[in-house]
Amino acid sequence: MRNAFIEELVALAAVRDNIVLIVGDLGYSVVEPFAERFPKRFFNAGVAEQNMTGLAAGMASEGFHVFTYSIANFPTFRCAEQIRNDIDYHRLPVTVVAVGGGLAYGALGYSHHAVQDYALMRSMPQMLIASPGDPMEVRACMRHIVDHPQPSYLRLGKAGEPNFHAAVPQLEPGRWLDVSPAPAGNVERKVLLSTGATLGLAMELQRTPAYADHAVCSMPLWGMGPKRIQPEQLRGAVSVTTLEDHLADGGFGSWLMEACRQDPASLTKLRAHALSDDVCGTVGSQNTLNALGGLSVGRICG
Amino acid sequence: MIDTVALARTVRADALRMVCRAKASHIASALSISDIVAVLYGRVMHHNPRQPDLADRDRFILSKGHACVAVYAVLAARGYFPREELEHYGADHSSLMNHISHKVAGVEFSTGSLGHGLPFGAGKALAAKVRGDRWRTFVLLSDGELGEGSNWEACLFAAHHALDNLVAMVDYNNLQSLTTVDQTLRIEPLAAKFEAFGWNVHHVDGHDHAALGAALAAPAADPRPTMVIAKTTKGKGVSFMENRVEWHYKSPTPAQLEQALAELEASA
Repeated sequence: MRNAFIEELVALAAVRDNIVLIVGDLGYSVVEPFAERFPKRFFNAGVAEQNMTGLAAGMASEGFHVFTYSIANFPTFRCAEQIRNDIDYHRLPVTVVAVGGGLAYGALGYSHHAVQDYALMRSMPQMLIASPGDPMEVRACMRHIVDHPQPSYLRLGKAGEPNFHAAVPQLEPGRWLDVSPAPAGNVERKVLLSTGATLGLAMELQRTPAYADHAVCSMPLWGMGPKRIQPEQLRGAVSVTTLEDHLADGGFGSWLMEACRQDPASLTKLRAHALSDDVCGTVGSQNTLNALGGLSVGRICG
Repeated sequence: MIDTVALARTVRADALRMVCRAKASHIASALSISDIVAVLYGRVMHHNPRQPDLADRDRFILSKGHACVAVYAVLAARGYFPREELEHYGADHSSLMNHISHKVAGVEFSTGSLGHGLPFGAGKALAAKVRGDRWRTFVLLSDGELGEGSNWEACLFAAHHALDNLVAMVDYNNLQSLTTVDQTLRIEPLAAKFEAFGWNVHHVDGHDHAALGAALAAPAADPRPTMVIAKTTKGKGVSFMENRVEWHYKSPTPAQLEQALAELEASA
């Protein structure tokens, strides 16, 4: 995902001279293509995320679209008030980019586990959350974000994730994106709906007997605004099972459940699979920790 | 040529009327900066009240957003909006909020939580550098606000990137929320700190308009950002408010307002 991000950012910056990248002293072996090609629009703010985010807002207020880049919780929680007051309240085109979403940095410990970021970002009224499920969705999110400048948060995995789309899809905030249809003849629409890096898990689940009759959909763009269009989409499904590598509290599944509550007539069955707090304070590989938190075929189907 | 002393007197009087009408706090903080904003908007900054979005205007950020009535008053006095609108300060649904609001004509940035203005202002200054624009950014901080670490992050950045188009000012009245700055979280030696961070530091009497004008004037060739440490008196101009911590909170009664306005009138 990191490579798709920087390739797309370079391509977009080549045709838009208002794109700026500010990193928080991170991005080794990732951001160099941008820094080398656009040295006047690349800044390393150092280990100072509050200033990085305030700077970004100040530049954005003068017509730039600024991307801030760091890992895990550093560009989000460390500077949450700058995101809230400076970016979101002023409706400025700053995209906060966090690499290592979920438990991608599983071995590095709790400080590097980004499992509460959705909760923070979805509480910001203007914030568009972009949580792509594969590199193709990263490119689609980037194109949408640049074409529709607003406060936004791009949550990336790390590197080497497989593609589940054959081409870059068209995205619309809040719209479920078809990734793998249910078998033909299945008239009851059952959906596995993933956001972020759990798209691969959704595809695995679809290959099990329990979920073989489900369609797999992805929701790479969401937030407080797109919540209002969820009831109409939910009405078209008998059941929706959400997947996310984030703690259950304040996450994607709880967001969808709140949206469903807006429709008293809804008959859609909702089930959310998210991480339990067992992962907090434990280290291990991403797969190990996801399974510990409840996100594996065995834990979901067992 | 604008009489900035008279402008400051108008700012103080209107600030007093606003907080009295709205039963609001922070009048002493506004009186502390009234001379600074009068000099900025009266003679230092390039701006046009009829064109708040003028491309090459100088930008002003009030980081100590609680002192907003002084800025609302100076903006009204200079013609950004009718002076009568000040009467809506603090009212339900008013854009004239009790911490400075970008919904008011001429206000660049909303603050209220301290430590946000200098990083934001550094971003504006950096934007001007990237574009090759010559306008300047002025940021007014409080002394107690310097406890926020984000200011020092921005100080490092501005000096490292030679933001000579950034001017920060500290309203140094040595009185913060509960007691003096000295007794709360000591900031001295303040000038030496900023100099060590790589800033061009000026000391001025924050109520001396000639001195403020000279310190805030366009600098000679110097790649460093400018820091103006303005020694001020909290509550300046109203005898019973000067250097009294309670006027961070209290709102003047109508009788106290009359007394305060009479003192201002007598000083003319």
